[in-house]
Amino acid sequence: MTATVWAAIGQFGILLVLLAAVHLPLGAYMARVYSSPHHTRVERAWYRTLRVDPDAEQRWSTYLLSLLGFSLASVLLLYALGRLQAHLPWNLGFSGLDPATAWNTAVSFTTNTNWQSYSGEAAAGHLLQMAGLTVQNFVSAAVGMAVAIALVRGLARSGTDARIGNFWSDLTRGALRILLPIAVVGALVLAANGVIQSLDPHTAITTITGETQQALGGPVASQEVIKVLGTNGGGFFNANSAHPFENPNALTNLVEIFLILLIPSALPRTFGLMVGDRRQGWAILGVMTGLWTVATGLLTWAELAGPGLAPSLAGAAMEGKEARFGLAGTALFGAATTGTSTGAVDSMHDSLTAPGGGVAMFTMMLGEVAPGGVGSGLYGMLVLAVLTVFIAGLMVGRTPEYAGKKIGRGEITLVALYVLTVPAAVLLGSAISVVTGPGLAGIQEAGPHGLSEVLYAFTSASNNNGSAFAGLAAGTPYFNTMTGLAMLVGRFVPIALVLALAGRLASQNTVPASAGTLPTHRPLFVGLVGAVTLVVVGLTFIPVLSLGPVVESLS
Amino acid sequence: MNRTALALPTSPAPAGHPGDGTPPHTPRVRAGRALSWAQVRAALPGAVRKLDPRVLRHQPVTFVVEIGAVFTTVLSIVDPSVFAWWVTVWLWFTVLFAALAESIAEARGKAQASTLRATQRQTTARKVVAGQDTLDFGSRLDLLETTVVPSASLRVGDVVVVEAGETIPGDGDVIEGVASVDESAVTGESAPVIRESGGDRSAVTGGTVVLSDRIVVRITAAAGATFVDRMIALVEGSERQRTPNEIALGVLLTSLTIVFLLAVATLQPFAVYSGQKQSVLVLVALLVCLIPTTIGALLSAIGIAGMDRLVQRNVLAMSGRAVEAAGDVDVLLLDKTGTITYGNRRAARLEPVGEVTRTELAVAARLSSLADTTPEGRSIVDLAEHSIGAGAALPVDAVLVPFSAHTRMSGVDLDLDGEPFRLRKGAGSAVRGWVRSTGARLPEDVEAHLAELVEDVSRSGGTPLVVAEQLGEAPARVLGVVHLKDVVKEGMRERFDELRAMGIRTVMVTGDNRLTAQAIAAEAGVDDFLAEATPEDKLAYIRREQSGGRLVAMAGDGTNDAPALAQSDVGVAMNTGTSAAKEAGNMVDLDSDPTKLIEIVQIGKQLLITRGALTTFSVANDVAKYFAILPAMFVGLFPQLGVLNVMHLSSPQSAILSAVIFNALIIIALIPLSLRGVRYRPAAADVLLRRNLLIYGVGGLIAPFLGIKLIDLLVSLIPGV
Repeated sequence: MTATVWAAIGQFGILLVLLAAVHLPLGAYMARVYSSPHHTRVERAWYRTLRVDPDAEQRWSTYLLSLLGFSLASVLLLYALGRLQAHLPWNLGFSGLDPATAWNTAVSFTTNTNWQSYSGEAAAGHLLQMAGLTVQNFVSAAVGMAVAIALVRGLARSGTDARIGNFWSDLTRGALRILLPIAVVGALVLAANGVIQSLDPHTAITTITGETQQALGGPVASQEVIKVLGTNGGGFFNANSAHPFENPNALTNLVEIFLILLIPSALPRTFGLMVGDRRQGWAILGVMTGLWTVATGLLTWAELAGPGLAPSLAGAAMEGKEARFGLAGTALFGAATTGTSTGAVDSMHDSLTAPGGGVAMFTMMLGEVAPGGVGSGLYGMLVLAVLTVFIAGLMVGRTPEYAGKKIGRGEITLVALYVLTVPAAVLLGSAISVVTGPGLAGIQEAGPHGLSEVLYAFTSASNNNGSAFAGLAAGTPYFNTMTGLAMLVGRFVPIALVLALAGRLASQNTVPASAGTLPTHRPLFVGLVGAVTLVVVGLTFIPVLSLGPVVESLS
Repeated sequence: MNRTALALPTSPAPAGHPGDGTPPHTPRVRAGRALSWAQVRAALPGAVRKLDPRVLRHQPVTFVVEIGAVFTTVLSIVDPSVFAWWVTVWLWFTVLFAALAESIAEARGKAQASTLRATQRQTTARKVVAGQDTLDFGSRLDLLETTVVPSASLRVGDVVVVEAGETIPGDGDVIEGVASVDESAVTGESAPVIRESGGDRSAVTGGTVVLSDRIVVRITAAAGATFVDRMIALVEGSERQRTPNEIALGVLLTSLTIVFLLAVATLQPFAVYSGQKQSVLVLVALLVCLIPTTIGALLSAIGIAGMDRLVQRNVLAMSGRAVEAAGDVDVLLLDKTGTITYGNRRAARLEPVGEVTRTELAVAARLSSLADTTPEGRSIVDLAEHSIGAGAALPVDAVLVPFSAHTRMSGVDLDLDGEPFRLRKGAGSAVRGWVRSTGARLPEDVEAHLAELVEDVSRSGGTPLVVAEQLGEAPARVLGVVHLKDVVKEGMRERFDELRAMGIRTVMVTGDNRLTAQAIAAEAGVDDFLAEATPEDKLAYIRREQSGGRLVAMAGDGTNDAPALAQSDVGVAMNTGTSAAKEAGNMVDLDSDPTKLIEIVQIGKQLLITRGALTTFSVANDVAKYFAILPAMFVGLFPQLGVLNVMHLSSPQSAILSAVIFNALIIIALIPLSLRGVRYRPAAADVLLRRNLLIYGVGGLIAPFLGIKLIDLLVSLIPGV
């Protein structure tokens, strides 16, 4: 085997060891955070400002209304910040964003998608970056975690009247007690390794060869860390993590991958502890790890083997990739960013090999559950586990149960709608775009690759990933509006369904497990969830994939 | 099927069906009745009627296929080709097969209903004419004036007199008298049964015939709402409501249909973009192949057949919900007597006390029981004769001393060469009291030995019967102890082990004291027991289990069982029981066999497993269909997609047609399975899952590859395809 292969395996191994080392303590810490009855002084002050009672248990509908209210306020605030940028301080002289871009950006950062139709260094001043985008990076991540915890409570609780916790308390604690401390440490590590952190404006300098170049400045490390930790993905600069000021070397590359996977991979532990059966947590982690390992393996193989004419001529599929990360580092980052809902990139995914791009796309299509975004990965995977229990559970001759909750008509309706929503957004969005004028106008390359570009864009937006395939000219009003809609639908419809599910589950009594209950912690079930996920997603997307990445790969 | 609809497993097999002559009360999971061509032919007209969109609308998956078939028919007319017509015809076959599955399942029920209806001849009733007070509180109502009315006019509360040879006009309770009744019309059981007032055997069913004596019956159900009416409605399926789990599965199937509708509908724009617009015909074919037509077609047939399987075992479920709940049961409450043990205690051992020989005791025990016709008494005679051989009959001048609750002893007084000879047997304290009353004083060691024997028998769950004799007026002497034992039925322990493996706890309910209950519980191998149980205790136990989220099943017959039956999730009332019990339960067992609970649980599980297995099979099938159809659709545009044609199907058109034909034929192929139910062996959940997953999941992946390839070999011979 070549050195590159060993490098790939080595990196992967180090990453797994690091994640394993923090899995138990972080999982337990998060469980404590969301279960503790105590509030810190800062939190109390914040609740007083908001005029909310953090100890009031909310029914799912109230929880959802609080969440939607908060998100709507976030969208409006971000929209205003973007539009009014010219009149606000620290704008680095940039004018306000145009309405379509401001709408797209506001929705994008509130939905934890961080699809960017603007170019950071050419459109966003420091105030917008810090007060707008970075703040949303924290709170949109905290919203996702809150929803996941609410669903976990629904599974853990028994016989309540659909009360699943308090949104304000969950939101605040997630941001202040989990994301903020890790972000501070992470920012210091990144800054120490060369990620810039200043309040300098971008300045033009003259290089020794006499040419003029933009020297970029800004509070990058502080935003970079939450960009990855919160699985947001919106880069300070247009080149995202491929930019040397965001991600200077192979070490920071690995640190960023670690931070991307950190919370999503620890949440199953939190789930296991909160439902009082750690084995359930291991099973969920098992499915996530299995799917992600396969995706990483395939993506790495695709990039290293470099199928296709251009790569074989060039010797390696290096076009559009950074030499300092190498193919292995690029593939690992690609798998991490699409397996979670991050969407940060350290290479242009348009430049992945055809099968590599297909794997990246398919990993997102799984619903970003391997291991998925902060919170959204866990709740997505739990919904799939419930779906699996329903299909397979009947085969043991009992009404299907998950974690002691019966899955009846109401539950399966919510699950079915959840599973339906995102594929509908992806397929309809893509289909409309390939047959209408404004959609076709954005496609850069004809043929299957053009289809891949559009499909990737809507997959990324609907799944709240935010990574771009590049190639597609997505900065048009048409795509800004369409992807904005896809992001909204892909974020809040599933959240509403998950919270409703949590409410239903919380009002059920827990059925004790017996030998007749389908065991949901054994390897067989782990494999089954993986298979159901692959089959359900596969059956939905295979037709369109076969016209895009599959045809490309077979060329 | 000419078999009597409700013929019992215990009834003699009708001529022409020698295979059904199984011995009575043998527990078994019978394979469903085979499907015959005659049945299929008979069900065809019904199936064609079901093609009416207004009827089919309730089966969303099949309805989508029908819409697709209409589309392709129009397309075939507008732009005819051999391929188009073949696809169209097979799409219609798909719809027809789906309708046929339900129709066949319903036809079976209808046959049963018509046999039942035969019992509902228009009859007359002799109604007692008297004031309500007299009817409620009077006695000897049969002596009052009666008037003949049509039985259809009877109301709840009316009182009728029925004599030998007359048909009981409606459901009711016997309030006076005792009679033997032929209930074969309802239960299929030819042996007459005793119905009497006041006990747990007071309920009578309309349409059954009194064979002897005369009874007074108070009507408890109005005409049209009787037991037989309900049975007819149930087996006919006219009152069939979809059960919770069936509805939930329906939701999933509908949403899968929507997913595929989306995937296929959006494929056209992608195809247009890619440069090869697809024909609507091919898209419809793809859609029909992808949506879960197999399980969609068979879903309601599975439900109807599940109810039918219960009826075949002579159990009437008043709701489908109860059948499903049976599969979910966690706790089974079983009465000890008659269910776990034989109804009567049997003599197991003879234990002589002191210097008495075993033969002496055996002779005395035999003599004292010869006149005792109870099963207990007979078992003592059997046991004694087993050790000493058959002896003489009782002399004619023997005086029987019957058991009374007061003396708690029974026995016989004989004349032995002019001297009176008294034999007594009974409870330890009673017999000892009698012995002492004759002036006898037991030696210390004999007293201690006796106490020890009595204690031992009690502790082992048996009943000690002390035997004593008195010759002349001499002091009586104690001979020994007969060990009466509750005999646990054979095979019960194994069945409880099976249930445990299925995750079901069995609880034995008995009126015995704790000590006795414990011993029998241990012998039978139940998980828990409820000793000295009153009806309130039972109810409380059920409530406690339910509050812990468990589902409870029980069987009962008496009026005092009614609250517990109503509270339990699956309450099986015995047909011999009171109307109150039948009213309270959600199932009635016509054989009145409480152990049938176990079979009911298995049928419930089998029903759910069949649904799950066919759903899995249906979804797994889609993978192969993609491999057949997708390359066929786009290979002209992108020749490289040809490598996905792993089955090497002969042409794009034959590939699509083969998938469509396979999709239709698999429905027909699985109708017998859906009617019979998948094979079920009691096992733990993970074992069941592994097995069914292997058969229906992996099998579902592989089968269509083989099937489509085979069909393609034939289809490729059709000219023009």
